[in-house]
Amino acid sequence: MHNANYHAAHTTADAASLLASAEDGVLLAGGQTLLPTMKARLAAPSDLVDISRAEELRGISIADGAVTIGAMTTHSEVASNSDLQTAFPALCSLAGRIGDPAVRHRGTIGGSLANNDPAACYPAAVLATGATISTNTRDIAADDYFQGMFTTALKEGEIITSVTLPIPQAAHYQKFAQPASRFALVGVFVAKYADGVRVAVTGASEDGVHRWTEAEVALSDSFAAEAVADLAVSADGLISDLHGDGAYRANLVKVLTGRAVTAAG
Amino acid sequence: MSEIKMTVNGKPVRGDVKDNTLLVEFIREHLRLTGTHVGCDTSQCGACVVHVNGKAIKSCTMLAASADGAEVTTIEGVANGDLHPMQKAFNDNHGLQCGFCTPGMIMSGIDMVQRYKSAGKTLDEAAIRHELEGNICRCTGYHNIVKSIAQAAGEM
Repeated sequence: MHNANYHAAHTTADAASLLASAEDGVLLAGGQTLLPTMKARLAAPSDLVDISRAEELRGISIADGAVTIGAMTTHSEVASNSDLQTAFPALCSLAGRIGDPAVRHRGTIGGSLANNDPAACYPAAVLATGATISTNTRDIAADDYFQGMFTTALKEGEIITSVTLPIPQAAHYQKFAQPASRFALVGVFVAKYADGVRVAVTGASEDGVHRWTEAEVALSDSFAAEAVADLAVSADGLISDLHGDGAYRANLVKVLTGRAVTAAG
Repeated sequence: MSEIKMTVNGKPVRGDVKDNTLLVEFIREHLRLTGTHVGCDTSQCGACVVHVNGKAIKSCTMLAASADGAEVTTIEGVANGDLHPMQKAFNDNHGLQCGFCTPGMIMSGIDMVQRYKSAGKTLDEAAIRHELEGNICRCTGYHNIVKSIAQAAGEM
């Protein structure tokens, strides 16, 4: 694997100063994407700043109708948190289907959001809930944060510290897993709030995670699968590959949205 | 280079490793514990699964330096005089053919049984198959692997 200088950071402040002093440093969260990317020579950072020992970046707390999850909280910790299973089971279910059990023991929500893989699961939940991504310098609304495939509003050296998701009245995540990679071929997260419904789609678009606003309008009027049955999803700009072309993914977006609404109840 | 120290199978170990050394390289090439295998080296196959601080992880996708200070258990460390119930179950049920994936299967099997037991959940056949998503057997011996883990779940 490509070599890089290793640094262990015990606090966010440590990590920020280590990053600032590195020539081309990157954060190492759970490493479940970064290390394979370095092995494939798709990334060649000069320095790795390991934040897995930064306790202040871990933990799950529920208050004022929202859940705040520390950036270094693992998928397994989110999936198995009993308070969260009661308050927001759709999020636990999503976390429990990322990768496989060993990957879930290392992979983190902050790492997933910083990477913004176009087929990742967490971005769908974060965008559908209108969450707030907190960094060491500011708070960023999910609507402003995701800026296209592998692209986010994060600035050089900025570190995600936590994400706060408003807990919906009802929600569900439908994931149509690509059978080999288990990434979402298409994933749809539907979240219903007192003031309306939000729908976020992952895996489908060449621009990464995005909202399906037509469905949001229809579902805010009538929260039933039939409300989206007659909507058209354009295949323009959708991913076409050997696993499915754009028209196939467009159909999945509609079908999965309907299933998510039915499952959310 | 980094100096790392950890506990592997109950024994303290140390090493001076290049910063890009993977945990599985440290285990196999520095400690010469070659029961942990490297199959795909892309965190898909699960042949390299070990336990770090009690949790199953893929040791090809963790830096040795990240495991500094950790408690690591490999396949060599699960038996305590007699075979571990999971090892015995694989033997009883012919849960392996070529055996390459077996160390990872056993480490994942022990991890899943422990997690389900501590959560008070039932590890039925469907759950075992779902939990084995990250372990690949190219002899396609999954039926007997599932039977083995089910037997061990009743004995652990």
